[in-house]
Amino acid sequence: MGERVGIEVSLAAAEAVKMANVDVIAAYPITPQTHIVEHLSELVADGELDAEFIPVESEHSAMSVCCGSSAVGARTFTCTSSQGLALMNEIVFIAASLRLPIVMILANRSMSGPLSIWNDHTDVMSIRDCGWIQVFTENGQEVFDHVMFAFRVAESASVSLPIIINLDGFVLTHVIEPIEFWDDETVKKYLPDFKPVNQLHPDNPVTMGAFGLPSIFTEAKKAQNEALIQAKPEILKAWKEMGDLVGRHYQPVETYHAEGSETVFLTMGSFGETVSVAVDELRNQGKSVGQIKLRLWRPFPFDEFREAVRGIKRIIVLDRAVSFGGPGGPVASEIRSVLYQEENMPTITNFLCGFAGRDVTAQDYIAMYEQAEQMAQGRVRQEDYIIYGVRE
Amino acid sequence: MVKSEEELTWKDLEVGCVVSEAGNASQYKTGDWRSMRPVWDSTKCIRCGVCYIFCPDMAIHKTDEGYFEADLYYCKGCGICAQECITRCITMVEEEE
Repeated sequence: MGERVGIEVSLAAAEAVKMANVDVIAAYPITPQTHIVEHLSELVADGELDAEFIPVESEHSAMSVCCGSSAVGARTFTCTSSQGLALMNEIVFIAASLRLPIVMILANRSMSGPLSIWNDHTDVMSIRDCGWIQVFTENGQEVFDHVMFAFRVAESASVSLPIIINLDGFVLTHVIEPIEFWDDETVKKYLPDFKPVNQLHPDNPVTMGAFGLPSIFTEAKKAQNEALIQAKPEILKAWKEMGDLVGRHYQPVETYHAEGSETVFLTMGSFGETVSVAVDELRNQGKSVGQIKLRLWRPFPFDEFREAVRGIKRIIVLDRAVSFGGPGGPVASEIRSVLYQEENMPTITNFLCGFAGRDVTAQDYIAMYEQAEQMAQGRVRQEDYIIYGVRE
Repeated sequence: MVKSEEELTWKDLEVGCVVSEAGNASQYKTGDWRSMRPVWDSTKCIRCGVCYIFCPDMAIHKTDEGYFEADLYYCKGCGICAQECITRCITMVEEEE
C-alpha cells in the first residue's frame, strides 16, 4: 500500500488524477475547484504528467473538449463548481446521451444569487437528471479513492457513462487531511487501460450525436435510462475490488448505528462526519438514533436504501438546496417518493440547512433531532420542511 | 437491410445511438416531408436539365427518353425545380393524402 501523507484534498485529488494516467484535462478555473486544476496544470507543465491540459475560455468549451477527447478514446477529466457547471449544462446532458465516460469532480458550491462562493448542494441538484453516475464523498481519502473508482466504472465496457464525484467546496477542497496514496502497482491492478465502446477513428468512421426523430427518441431515452440503472453491478464490483485492494469498503448506502434505531439522519457529503458526532452524543443520552449516508445518488440504490430503513420510524433528511415553491428539499422529495409504496413508511422530517457555507454544528443536529421529536409527539405541527436556523 | 426506424426497439439501438454504418443517409425517406409534388409536361419540356441541376436533394434523374422525373422517395416538394424551369413545364401538384 502507498504512503500516508498530509496534503490538501484538492492537491490529493489532482495527484489521484495523475496516477490514473489521464490523457486530456480540459477545465476553466472557478472557486472552490481552482486548486485541483491548477495543480494538474503544474503537473503537466513540469513534465510530471504526460497529458494535454487544454485551458479553454469557458466551461461550455471545457465540456465540449471533454466530449471530443473522450470520443476519440482519450481518458478525460474535468472539474468545476456552481456557475461553471451551469455554463456546462448543455453539454453535460450530451456527454451522458453519447455515453462518453468523462470523469468530473464537482466541488460543490452554491448557485448565485446572492453571489456566493461557498458550499452547498444547489449546483449538483440542478443537474440531477443529466444522466451521469453521481457519487458523494465525505472526506479527502474518499475523494482520492473515488477518482480511481470513477475512471474504472465510467470506462468499463458494460457502463460507458460519465461520472460526477461530488465533494464539498472549502470544507473538503481546502483542508489538509492525512490521505493514504495508492502505489502505482495497485492503480495498475485496479484500473485497466481505456478501451472505448465507440471511437471516432478514420479507420472505422462512425457518426456521434446524430439527429433523432420522434420515432426513435423514446427508445433512445429508455436505452439511456437502462444503461444508468444497469451500471450498478459494475459500481458494486468496483467498490468490492477496491475494498479487497486497499481495505476501504464503500457501499451505495452506508449506515452508522442505524439498525434497530427509531430515528436516523440521512446525509450526503461532508455533513456526514459532523452528524456522526451528534449521533454519538445523542446515543450517550440514551436516544435511539442512527445515521444513513447516501453515497450513490445516481443510479439511486433503491434496494439498499429500503433495506437500510426497514423498521425505522423517522428519517431526518438533511437537504442543502431549496426546491423553490416545491414540496421540500430535493433529497427529501426523492426519499418520500422512494418509500411511498412501502408498508410502515417512516415519517420524513426535512431540514434545509447549511446554505452557502453556513456552518452546521453537532449541536445544531441535536437541536434538529429534538425538534423532530416534538413533532413526533404532536407538540409541534409536522411541517413538510423546515429551513433550519433562519432568522424570522 | 436492417429494421426500419419505426420497428427498432430500445434494445436494437447502438450504445450512445452512434451511427456505425457509413452512407446510410440514403435510407432516410425525406419524401414524407412533401406536401406538393412536381409534375412535368413533356410537350413543353426541352430536356435542358436545369431542374436536375438545381434540385438540392439530387432527387431528379433523367429517363431513357431524355426527360426528367423526381424520385418521390427523396423529393421533399420544395418547388425549386418548378421555379427554375425555363419553359415553365413543371407544375407543383397538391398531394392527395
